Amino acid sequence: MDLQTAAQINSFLAAFVLLTAFGMLAQKRISSLIHLFAWQGFLLSVNTAIVGYLANKHHLYISSVLTLSLKVVLLPYILHVLVVRLKIRREVETLVNIPMTMLIGLALVIFSYHLTAPVRELSTLITRSTLAIALATVMIGLLMMITRKHAVTQIIGFLALENGLFFAATSATYGMPLVVELGVALDVLIAAFIFGIFFFHIHTTFDSLNVEQMARLKEED
Amino acid sequence: MILLILLGVPLVAAAALGFIGDRRLAPEINIIGSAATCAAGFDLAFQVYEHGPMMAGGKFFFVDAFNVYLAVLTSFVSMTTAVFSRRYMRREREHGRVGHVGMRFYHAMFQLFIFAMLLCLLTNNIGVLWIAMELATLSTVLLVSLYRTPTAIEAAWKYFILCGVGISLALFGTVLLYFAAEKVLGEGGDALLWTNLSQVTGQLEPTVLSLAFVFLMVGYGTKVGLVPLHNWLPDAHSEGPTPISAVLSGLLLNIALYALVRCKVLVDGSTHTHHAGNIMMGFGLLSILVAAFSLLRQKDIKRMFSYSSIEHMGIATFAFGLGGPIATFGALLHMLVHSLAKSAIFFTVGHASQMHRTQEMDKIQGLIRGNPLVGWGLMFGVMAIVGMPPFGIFTSEFLILTATIKDAPLMTPFLLLGLGVAFAALFRKVQPMVAGEVPSNQRSMKVSHLPVLFHMLLVLVVGLYLPDFLSRWFHTAVEVLK
Repeated sequence: MDLQTAAQINSFLAAFVLLTAFGMLAQKRISSLIHLFAWQGFLLSVNTAIVGYLANKHHLYISSVLTLSLKVVLLPYILHVLVVRLKIRREVETLVNIPMTMLIGLALVIFSYHLTAPVRELSTLITRSTLAIALATVMIGLLMMITRKHAVTQIIGFLALENGLFFAATSATYGMPLVVELGVALDVLIAAFIFGIFFFHIHTTFDSLNVEQMARLKEED
Repeated sequence: MILLILLGVPLVAAAALGFIGDRRLAPEINIIGSAATCAAGFDLAFQVYEHGPMMAGGKFFFVDAFNVYLAVLTSFVSMTTAVFSRRYMRREREHGRVGHVGMRFYHAMFQLFIFAMLLCLLTNNIGVLWIAMELATLSTVLLVSLYRTPTAIEAAWKYFILCGVGISLALFGTVLLYFAAEKVLGEGGDALLWTNLSQVTGQLEPTVLSLAFVFLMVGYGTKVGLVPLHNWLPDAHSEGPTPISAVLSGLLLNIALYALVRCKVLVDGSTHTHHAGNIMMGFGLLSILVAAFSLLRQKDIKRMFSYSSIEHMGIATFAFGLGGPIATFGALLHMLVHSLAKSAIFFTVGHASQMHRTQEMDKIQGLIRGNPLVGWGLMFGVMAIVGMPPFGIFTSEFLILTATIKDAPLMTPFLLLGLGVAFAALFRKVQPMVAGEVPSNQRSMKVSHLPVLFHMLLVLVVGLYLPDFLSRWFHTAVEVLK
C-alpha cells in the first residue's frame, strides 16, 4: 500500500465517521443509535490501524485494538443491556427538530474547517486534513447532548464526542503517547460504569430516563 | 520514594476501605490513611524546601514550589475533613440518609479522590494531568448523589455531564498542545512533560498555542467553576454530603485552577502577548460579579457558600490573569487561605444543618446560643471569607487589589463592587442564623471542633504574620510562573 492510497483510505474513513455522526443526529431510535455508535468506533479503529501502518507507529496498533474492544464491543454491549433491562424503546421528543439540528451540524463542520485552518497549514502529516472532521465530530457530539432530552442519548452523544477527540489525536499527531491513551481509555471505562449505575438511579427515582424531569435545582426568585 | 508513599497510601487506603466497608473502624482507618498522606506531604515539602525542585520516576513526577504547597494543602485538608466526617457521617447514617453500601462507597471514593488530586498535582505529564482530573471528577460523581434524593441525582447528573464535556474540550486543547510540542521536542511521551515544554516555550507555534488555550480555558475553566460555565457547581456542592462539599470547594477547584495556570505559563512563553491573561481576567471578573449578585438570592446555606467559592475562584483566576509578582503572590496566598476558610465554613455549616435537620437558612437560628462553637465558628469563618482583617483573605485580597490599581486601574471599580456586594450579602444572610433565640427545631449535639479551630487558626496566623518560609516559598513559586 503506497502513501497515496493510504491517505485516500484515511480521508474516506474520515468521511464515513462524519456520516455516522450525522446519522446519530438524525436518528431517534435508541437501538439504532447504539449501532451507529459501534460503527463509528469500528471505523475509528480501522483508521487508527491504517495510520499506524502508514506512519510505522506500533503503539497505534494497541490503541486500535483498545478502541475495538472498548468502543465497538464493550460500551455498545453495556448500553444494549441497559436499554433492554430498563425497557427503553423510543427516544422522547427532541428539543429542536431534526432538519434544524442537521443544518446546525453542517454549520459546525464549516466552523471546524475554519478553526483548524492554522493547524492544517503547519502540519506535515498526511492525516492533517481529517483534523477538521475530528473537531466536527466533537462538536456534533456536543450538539447531540444539548438537543436531546433522554439520558441514554446524552451519554451516546458524550461517547461520540470522546470518539471525536480520539480521532483528533490520531490525525493531528499520530496519536497521543501510549500512557495517555491508556489513561483516557481507563477513564472512559470508569465513566461507563458510572452512567450505568446512574441510569438505574434515575430510572428508580424519576420513573423514566427523560432528563427534563430533572429541573428542581434552580435559582428561586 | 516519598512520592510513592504520598500517592500509594490513599490508593491502598481506597482499596482497603472498599474491602472493609461499613464496619466499625472504617472512619478511623480513613483518618489514619489521610494522616499518613498528610505526613508524607509535609515530608515532601520539607525536602523540596531544602533541596529545591525535584523529579522522580524517570521524569514522570515533578515537584516544585508551586505544586508542593498545593499538595501539602490538599493532604492537610483531606485529613481534617476525614476527622470531621467521622462523626458527621455516623450521624447521617443514624438519620438513615445513607445505607450500608453508601458508607462503603463513601470511604473508598474519598481516598480515591485524594489520590486523583495528588496525582494531578505531582505529575509532570500534561496528558496524565488531564486523566487524573477526570478521575477526580468521576470519583466524586457518585458521592454527590450519595443520598439518592431526586435533587441529589439531578445535581450529580449535571456534574457528570457538564464537567465531562468541559474536560473533554481540555483534552482537545492538550492534543493541540502536543501537536505544537511534537514539532520541537520530537514524538513520544517526552513532548508532554511540563519540564521539557517550559524550556522550549519560545519555539512553540504561537497560533496553535492560542487556539489550544481557548480549549484549555473552557475545559479547565468549567472545573474551576468560572461563569458562565459554573452551572453545575452550586448544585454539586450543595447536594452531596458536607465533607464532600468541603473538599470539592476547598480542594478540587484549586486543582483545576492549578492545571489552567500551568498551561497559561506555556502559552504566555510562546505568544509573548497578554492574550491568555486577558481571557482569564475576563472570566475571573465576570465570575466575581455574577457570583456576588447570586449570593443575595440564596435560600439554601450550602448553595450560598458554593456561590462564594465561585466568587473566590474568580478572584484567584483574575489575579493569575493579571500576572506580575504581586498579583501572582496574592493569588497563591488566596488559594491557600480560601481553601482553609471555606472548608472550615462547610464543617460548621454541616453541623448547623444537622442540628436543624435542614439546609434552609430561614429555619436556622440561634446558633451561638445553641452551640457557641458552631455559631462563632460560622461567624468568624464568614468574617474571614468576606475579607475582614486580620484574617488571611484580607491580606491576599489587599495584594490583588493593589496590583489591580497599579496594572489595570479600569478593572478596580468592578472588583470592588463584587467584593462589596459579596460582603454585604454574606453578612446579611449569616447574621440572623448565628444570632437570636434557640428555635424549637434545634437539637443539641456533639460536634467535631478540632478541624474548624485548626483551620481558622491557620487563616488567622497567615493574616497576622506570614511566616518567613511561606513567603519565600511563594516567591519561588512566583518565579516559576513568570
